[in-house]
Amino acid sequence: MTKDQLIKPKLKTEEYFINMGPQHPATHGVLRLILTIDGEIIKNIEPDLGYIHRSIEKMCERDSYQQIVHLTDRMDYLSSHINNEAVCLTVEKALELEVPERVKVIRTIIAELTRIASHCLWWGVMGMDVGALTTYFYAFRDREMINDIFEETCGARLTMNYNIPGGLMFDIHPNFIKRVKEFITHFKTKIPEYDRLLTGNVIFQKRTKGVGVLSKEDAISFGASGPVARGSGVSCDIRKIHPYSAYTQVNFNEVLFTEGDSLARYKVRIQELWESVAIVEQLVDNIPEGDIKVDTKAVIKLPKGEYYQRVETARGELGVYINSTGTKNPYRVKFRSPGFSNLSVINKIAKGSKIGDLVAIMSTIDIVVPDIDR
Amino acid sequence: MITYLSMTKSIHDWLFSILPEGAANITEMVLIALAYLALFAVAGLYLVLLERKVAAWFQLRLGPNRVGPGGIFQTMADALKLVSKELTSTDRIDKFLYNLAPYFVIVTALLAMTIFPFSKQLQAFDPNIGMFFLLAISSIGVIGILVGGWASNNKYALIGAMRSGLQTISYELSVGLSILTMILLTGSLQLSEIIEVQRTGGWLIWQGHIPAIIAFMVFMIAGTAETNRAPFDLVEAESELGAGFHTEYSGMKFAYFFLAEFINMFIIASIAVVLFFGGWLSPFGITEGITWFPEVFWFFIKVLVIIFLMMWFRWTFPRLRVDQLLTLEWKYLLPINLVNIIFMAILIWLNWTL
Repeated sequence: MTKDQLIKPKLKTEEYFINMGPQHPATHGVLRLILTIDGEIIKNIEPDLGYIHRSIEKMCERDSYQQIVHLTDRMDYLSSHINNEAVCLTVEKALELEVPERVKVIRTIIAELTRIASHCLWWGVMGMDVGALTTYFYAFRDREMINDIFEETCGARLTMNYNIPGGLMFDIHPNFIKRVKEFITHFKTKIPEYDRLLTGNVIFQKRTKGVGVLSKEDAISFGASGPVARGSGVSCDIRKIHPYSAYTQVNFNEVLFTEGDSLARYKVRIQELWESVAIVEQLVDNIPEGDIKVDTKAVIKLPKGEYYQRVETARGELGVYINSTGTKNPYRVKFRSPGFSNLSVINKIAKGSKIGDLVAIMSTIDIVVPDIDR
Repeated sequence: MITYLSMTKSIHDWLFSILPEGAANITEMVLIALAYLALFAVAGLYLVLLERKVAAWFQLRLGPNRVGPGGIFQTMADALKLVSKELTSTDRIDKFLYNLAPYFVIVTALLAMTIFPFSKQLQAFDPNIGMFFLLAISSIGVIGILVGGWASNNKYALIGAMRSGLQTISYELSVGLSILTMILLTGSLQLSEIIEVQRTGGWLIWQGHIPAIIAFMVFMIAGTAETNRAPFDLVEAESELGAGFHTEYSGMKFAYFFLAEFINMFIIASIAVVLFFGGWLSPFGITEGITWFPEVFWFFIKVLVIIFLMMWFRWTFPRLRVDQLLTLEWKYLLPINLVNIIFMAILIWLNWTL
């Protein structure tokens, strides 16, 4: 026997493949992750996309600009209002329309309510992913109130289509202000409850602290945005650096954490709940009177050229690129979705961790699969 | 309590009067087994219902409320559905082991249940090595989970099974050692004897004060881990492994695994009640003098309180990661337990027990 044979153990272990998804409780949709695993330790992660690809960008080339708005609901369905707003802002930019102040303020209030609803859902699902099932119902209790407000205002709870190029589809419901205020008072007492239930839990802290650390450099080079990047200390809030709608009128802080781990990403979102509440609070009393839309032509034709507009959705930076040749349909539409870039960091940050960690990391990245596949 | 005694005694006498001795013995055993099976089924089903109601209460919802008044027949209906379901299996499984696995789990759970003294007379089997028997029997259950996970030919099931193996083997130490700490105090492994000790000196958690409380806390943590319940439900870990080791099981075979989990919870709670809270003894002896009072009541009330505690854990705590699970056991619980045993021994030596 040589020295080498003596040192090496006779038993050998093998790496194996496992398909996490397309049907798996932790992938929140139809995402497939091909994992290479050694025991419980993940050696490699390869996301396999395309299970819910509906060629939304191609469909946009067929549709008029009013119709495109409706398609964007189905991308990141949890921030449907913000997606709609992004397209409307692009079209308005191209047409050089100045929308009334009232529209801007209402759009901002609803966008922030959407963000709260989205973060609520994320918080519930995050708890479920790490095994605390009760969070889901607490979050849905509060999200339900927002959905009721939306339903009263525009008839839909999730895919809202409240924006149209040039303004809003209808005026707000007479109860809107009252109910938003009710919600704000209710929700301010509930965020501390979220902290008591999950944030402070020692098991939760252990599960997330130091897990899936994304460095600032990596966050920038992968193009991560939203809470994922802000958890790593990258200042990337579009509401701050390129303000749109009514964000210039309000005071709010960009939430930044520098640790870059799952807990930092978690804390960013919880803090953002407070910031969104503050924004809504500042605006809801000061909705200016005025028109709810600028009249546009029935058939909108954008001037020849390229147009780009960025907005901050609940998941990060959504960019809308429209290339127009001057006809009633766009020549090419491209959405820069936050989910796609955020998902790309997963192999970098989850390699070498356990299966349980991967689930927690996936949850803090907060992917919405239709947003990745479009 | 007189009533059970006279009832069982008259059945016993009647059987022996009409049958030859051998046949009467066998009939009696079968009757006792049937009674335990019935208890098993009812306890299992109603613990599931209780779990769902408690979960609903924690989660701001109503829980099952459609089948029967307040939903009390919900789990019966579920069980009926599971019985009538086809037993499917996947391709290229180890058929023999796959079919055997659920029985390992359910039979061990049933065996462990036989030795509990529900009241002074209601005990099927009282060996003088009672606690030892319990530990031995409850260790066999994990074989069923390992075998089931292995035979399913599914990687998720296998990961779940392997996790179950390491979890149960690790936490068995803590369960055993915390039981041992209390055995130092009772000086007997026989369950009826353990309860007799508490009749005069007060419940063991009172007699053993500080080390007993530590032992109780360790026992509750390790016991929850033994039953594979949250926050130690890595074996199933639905957000990580789908359904873990029973992913590929359907119908009644799945139901066996599912029921066994609840029966195991009942067993752990019963051990806790016998060892720390005086079994069927009433608190402060308030029903000591009342001869007709069913002492079973106290036993079940105490068990339900402990079970409620375990459900409370489940619906509020996140799940541990697999390495944290092992760290907790080997780096914290085991050393605490060993020190605690010595502490208890010194206490008894110095006669400082209450």
